[in-house]
Amino acid sequence: MKKQLVSAVAALGLVAVSTASLAATLDDVKKKGFVQCGVSTGLPGFSNPDDKGNWTGLDVDVCRAVAAATLGDASKVKYIPLNAKERFTALQSGEVDMLSRNTTWTLTRDGSLGLNFAGVNYYDGQGFMVSKELGVKSAKELDGAAVCIQAGTTTELNLADYFRELGMKYQPVVFDTSDQTVQGFEAGRCDVLTSDQSQLYALRIKLSKPDSAMVLPEVISKEPLGPVVRQGDDQWFNIVKWSMFALVTAEELGVTTSNVDQMKSSTNPNVQRLLGTEAGQGKNLGLDDTWAYNIVKQVGNYGEMFERNVGSGSALGISRGLNALWTKGGLQYAPPIR
Amino acid sequence: MSEFKPLPDQPPPPNTIGAVGWMRAHLFTGPINSVLTVAAAFLILFGISWFINWGLFDADFVGSTRDDCSGEGACWVFIIARLSQFIYGFFPEEQIWRINVMFFIFAACIIALMIEKTPKKGWISLFTLVGFPIISFYLLNGGIFGLEEVETHKWGGLTLTLVIAIVGIVASLPIGILLALGRRSDMPVIRSISIVYIEFWRGVPLITVLFMASVMLPLFMSAGAETDKLMRAMIGVIMFQSAYMAEVVRGGLQAIPKGQTEAAQALGLSYWKTMFLIILPQALKLMIPGIVNTFIALFKDTSLVLIIGLFDLLAIVQSALNDPNWLGFSVEGYIFVAFMFWIFCFGMSRYSQALERKLNTSHR
Repeated sequence: MKKQLVSAVAALGLVAVSTASLAATLDDVKKKGFVQCGVSTGLPGFSNPDDKGNWTGLDVDVCRAVAAATLGDASKVKYIPLNAKERFTALQSGEVDMLSRNTTWTLTRDGSLGLNFAGVNYYDGQGFMVSKELGVKSAKELDGAAVCIQAGTTTELNLADYFRELGMKYQPVVFDTSDQTVQGFEAGRCDVLTSDQSQLYALRIKLSKPDSAMVLPEVISKEPLGPVVRQGDDQWFNIVKWSMFALVTAEELGVTTSNVDQMKSSTNPNVQRLLGTEAGQGKNLGLDDTWAYNIVKQVGNYGEMFERNVGSGSALGISRGLNALWTKGGLQYAPPIR
Repeated sequence: MSEFKPLPDQPPPPNTIGAVGWMRAHLFTGPINSVLTVAAAFLILFGISWFINWGLFDADFVGSTRDDCSGEGACWVFIIARLSQFIYGFFPEEQIWRINVMFFIFAACIIALMIEKTPKKGWISLFTLVGFPIISFYLLNGGIFGLEEVETHKWGGLTLTLVIAIVGIVASLPIGILLALGRRSDMPVIRSISIVYIEFWRGVPLITVLFMASVMLPLFMSAGAETDKLMRAMIGVIMFQSAYMAEVVRGGLQAIPKGQTEAAQALGLSYWKTMFLIILPQALKLMIPGIVNTFIALFKDTSLVLIIGLFDLLAIVQSALNDPNWLGFSVEGYIFVAFMFWIFCFGMSRYSQALERKLNTSHR
């Protein structure tokens, strides 16, 4: 009953805003001179303020890429930190132009909230972390293990599904916050800690001896995280989508921040089309031909972005895994820019 | 017959006076109490010595990265490296002087009000309550006198906590007084409006109010009419707090005997003169503990704004804890936050006690 009421109220609200938000976001952004981007209030490697108060992270870099593509300046972003509960409302009500806030792409969200997912900037999934002393090399050896979980229904449900499917037993040890979960793991309350893989690496740093624990290779759930825009503005949707593709294409073609200027004289037609030396690609999106050049010059390609924020260049040290290019066994794939 | 001479007074037995006597009377009155005393003393000594070792002797203070911390004790390097962010939020670095000017004016006002002999105290308090908030708004927000505009989403840290708390305090007291008078009024319309308002706002939790203000309100407004998130939160806090304040004030008003009102009426004073010259000065004095209690609660409640994505002191520390370069220093972070909150709340509490003593006209 309560749930019905809430959704009725939400639906009412949606009707009210959906009429208002049909205006062209690109024109708004150009007029305002900045992109309003909803980010997380703090998630290691994805969006967090650094020592100087500048927002950094993989999600933040998507906002910067869109700003570079539309306004030619990656710094023209107004970051609106959003809570998990208010993120969709903020997008629907026009408080933000796009949402780049580790949001999992699901059918319900895509279909019923008046939103469009513009791609996947990080393929996440639930994984396991064990102490190296345990000598376990695969999650399939975890029969009878005590598992530390942070209270949160999907994590618990995924875990239950996985163990039931393999016919194994486990003992759940539930904690409230991630800090408590880590302490429980460190104190030996459980043999294995489960959470989204991107989080496991962050939790590992919190251990007093991070090297004593390892993340197992198995991923037991699909959590594709990506930027979200409002439905009803296809031009803006395309811009965000292709800004992501430009990041991946640049990595595919080996174009980086440092060599992008030399690459401008490249004879490879794909590079020419990407960087706008062969004219005509930008206008399909309503942008300058230098849109992708600006992205790569100011933000970098997807690989650079990944390594800088969550990969080997960061404290997290997450391996590319599913997020490698499709040519290297990963899932990051971009349709051709032509 | 010899005269009766009482013996000279003997000193009390040595084990009933002085430190030994006090300890026998309070700490070692029986075998169970003695054991408990020893155990408690051991625990306290152990706890304190551990804490001092962790927080002081084994702690690291100098450096700029996590590698400068040995990991044996607390890593205060984290707090020191981030201190300016914790205090000023995301305010542009070259504009921070504006916040400092605001802090300075605020401190000057408070000190002037606390010193007994400051002349023209009435004007200073008026300035603190009216002029200072206006000046602070323009200092923080900018946009006039050539000051660069700093939007509210860049406000944060201790500055934001103080802004919300001070706005809440300054606005809720007068509104609360009016509501309390309204609730005791003889006029049915005013009385029912006051009662409905007070009971409605006291009946909902602050967290719900903030959530409504930040999540639901924008959905019902037309797309053009975008109000500031901080503004929405502050209005919510003021609405909420004035209802509580009204009830505290009403409590004070009820403590004033009816004879006071009747005497004032006999002198021919109007309603407002009766209230402002006779009743409220007496009532407000009685209410100081209750009012300050509400203020302290409000100050601590400000950290609830973190659920709507505003970066108050607690939220900004939490976000700093999520920086991959500084993961794992949550204990230091939370101790810092607790300490800052304690300083302000304790300060308010001491000030209210001093005020009570000063205004005490011995009704006790």
